[in-house]
Amino acid sequence: MTDVLVCIKRIPETSSQVMLSDDGMSVDARHVGHTVSAHEEAAVEIAIQLADASGGSATVLTLGPADAVEQLRDAVAVGCTRAVHIEADSEAFGPADVATAIADFVRGEDFGLVLVGNDAADTGDFQVGVRLAYALGRPVVTGISSVALDGDTITARGAGPDGDEVFELPSPAIIAIQEGGVTPRYPSIVGRMKAKKLPVETIATQVSPMTYRLGLTSPPEQPSTVEVLGEGPDAAKAVVDMLVGIGVVSS
Amino acid sequence: MILVLVETDAQGVTLTSREALSFARTLAERLGDQPVEAVATGPLPHPDGVLDHLAEQGVTMLHHADDERLAAYGGAAWAAAVVDAASSARLVIGSGTPRGMEVLAHVATRLDCLMAANVIAVEETDPLTVSRQVMGGGVFERMRLGGEVAVISVAGHAIDAVPAARPSTPAVRTYAPTLTDADLLTRVVRTEQAGGDDTSALTGAKVVVGAGRGAGSAEGFDDLLELKDLLGGALGVSRVVTSLGWRPHHEQVGQTGSRISPDLYIACGISGAIQHWAGCQSARKILAINTDPDAPMVTKAHYAVIGDLHEIVPAINAELRRRLG
Ligand SMILES: Cc1cc2nc3c(=O)[nH]c(=O)nc-3n(C[C@H](O)[C@H](O)[C@H](O)COP(=O)(O)OP(=O)(O)OC[C@H]3O[C@@H](n4cnc5c(N)ncnc54)[C@H](O)[C@@H]3O)c2cc1C
Ligand SMILES: Nc1ncnc2c1ncn2[C@@H]1O[C@H](COP(=O)(O)O)[C@@H](O)[C@H]1O
Repeated sequence: MTDVLVCIKRIPETSSQVMLSDDGMSVDARHVGHTVSAHEEAAVEIAIQLADASGGSATVLTLGPADAVEQLRDAVAVGCTRAVHIEADSEAFGPADVATAIADFVRGEDFGLVLVGNDAADTGDFQVGVRLAYALGRPVVTGISSVALDGDTITARGAGPDGDEVFELPSPAIIAIQEGGVTPRYPSIVGRMKAKKLPVETIATQVSPMTYRLGLTSPPEQPSTVEVLGEGPDAAKAVVDMLVGIGVVSS
Repeated sequence: MILVLVETDAQGVTLTSREALSFARTLAERLGDQPVEAVATGPLPHPDGVLDHLAEQGVTMLHHADDERLAAYGGAAWAAAVVDAASSARLVIGSGTPRGMEVLAHVATRLDCLMAANVIAVEETDPLTVSRQVMGGGVFERMRLGGEVAVISVAGHAIDAVPAARPSTPAVRTYAPTLTDADLLTRVVRTEQAGGDDTSALTGAKVVVGAGRGAGSAEGFDDLLELKDLLGGALGVSRVVTSLGWRPHHEQVGQTGSRISPDLYIACGISGAIQHWAGCQSARKILAINTDPDAPMVTKAHYAVIGDLHEIVPAINAELRRRLG
């Protein structure tokens, strides 16, 4: 039986254009929805599967503002059975601060496995999992897309430069998940009902974050220089001429 | 001293590690002639190639943790070797590859210092302030790196690997790093070849044919696959395509897929969302095929054809077959 903790982060949903706040310190998320990283969606799915397979539980945790409860409820709707909210102004938190705050919570618990995303989709620091592992004195692997449990042995698999790499490590451990090994499930109606009702455990943190993020800028708007080669199938000849011109096809 | 973690391959030092070396050299000059040294772990597949590349980049010393226990990759073990060589380093720099990121995160934690991930430029040297990619590259963040030592990962292909004005003759220091049992716990126990269709075919391809939601269905890929074969390239897809189960995830290009840098990327029926652009922006040339002339992929591309990919791609295939004979 393994109890699994999965850590997720609320981020603005941006796809074509990112607006910055007037002070340039954050993304202006007033007109967009929120989500979590694709890696974290995969981590939630893996946490649920492992908990089911081992007869344990899947707990979801986030450190963030009051609104981040929305992302916790999304994870409960697909099968996490406990939700923990470390309420804090996450924008001021760096990866070391987040790791310290999560470690403080994990020390009082008994999780055989802690899952995080490989890197958060907004800040992309790639550090919370590794820093958390050192804070707890546990082994960590990153870039993992599938995980199997056999008693206290964890088999983790991820893509490496020469093929799929397999790691074997003892529980308890930290694993940073990379999207691609599992297909996240959709919430059922029953799941959504459970998510509405489940009380979220809210805790405070003693961590006072370091400030070293100085602000955000958007890359300069590049004027379009696209050369339209034509419309519809008639453009095929112009396309192949271009392919020859840039040396991709030799004629 | 600035210490650069270099990853190696059958040719010598990998391209992204040479980019990190160039970044380190430029920074060293700005900081007032700091020496740039390199660290490599485990047996080297091509030692002469490594030394040639280090000489080209003006590196003064190679610290080589020549230890069989480091032959199998492991983030903690490699980091222990890097930290052993970093006692007089004020910066430890590597490339933003999956291994580079993992090892550097361990190094930063062991040195109890800040790490800036996906750095693209140095803004100021005192205090050291860098600019880095966040939001998958859609936004830049300025970050201050105070402290006696700091760690930087350089975003792949954000800067060019430029040879030094004067090549060096790097000295080699071979050493046995201090490794604990805990360090050795998280090494690769085996590598399973993924067959001909693995991610490396995509990341190494000279031409990538990309397909997005516009492909329409899992059956809508025949012409795209033929185009890929005619050009001797690889297929790359958007996250919509993998999420819908039309194609396997190892073909996904983007922030949470592969980052590619082919000579040509042919983006068919892909809108060009930031998270997709993050993976294809290093392509030398981009041809967009899209029904929507205002799609971001079209306006950012070098070339475009406007219209239905299911009509345009077969026509290109026919023209290619005709010309290739
Ligand atoms: C945290 C996070 C991570 C993400 N990571 C990735 C990632 O790694 N990779 C990735 O790709 N996305 C990623 N995304 C998703 C991304 O935001 C977009 O949703 C996705 O890239 C859109 O895919 P698409 O372009 O295929 O589809 P759409 O945005 O729906 O675009 C389809 C395009 O096809 C055109 N079209 C339609 N029919 C035709 C036709 N018959 N002929 C020609 N053109 C046609 C349309 O005009 C449109 O431009 C991520 C999102 C998040 C939130
Ligand atoms: N505020 C947070 N709350 C919970 N988990 C987080 C938070 N920030 C980061 N994480 C986790 O750590 C992973 C890596 O984040 P990062 O190191 O910031 O790139 C994310 O994918 C999350 O799983």
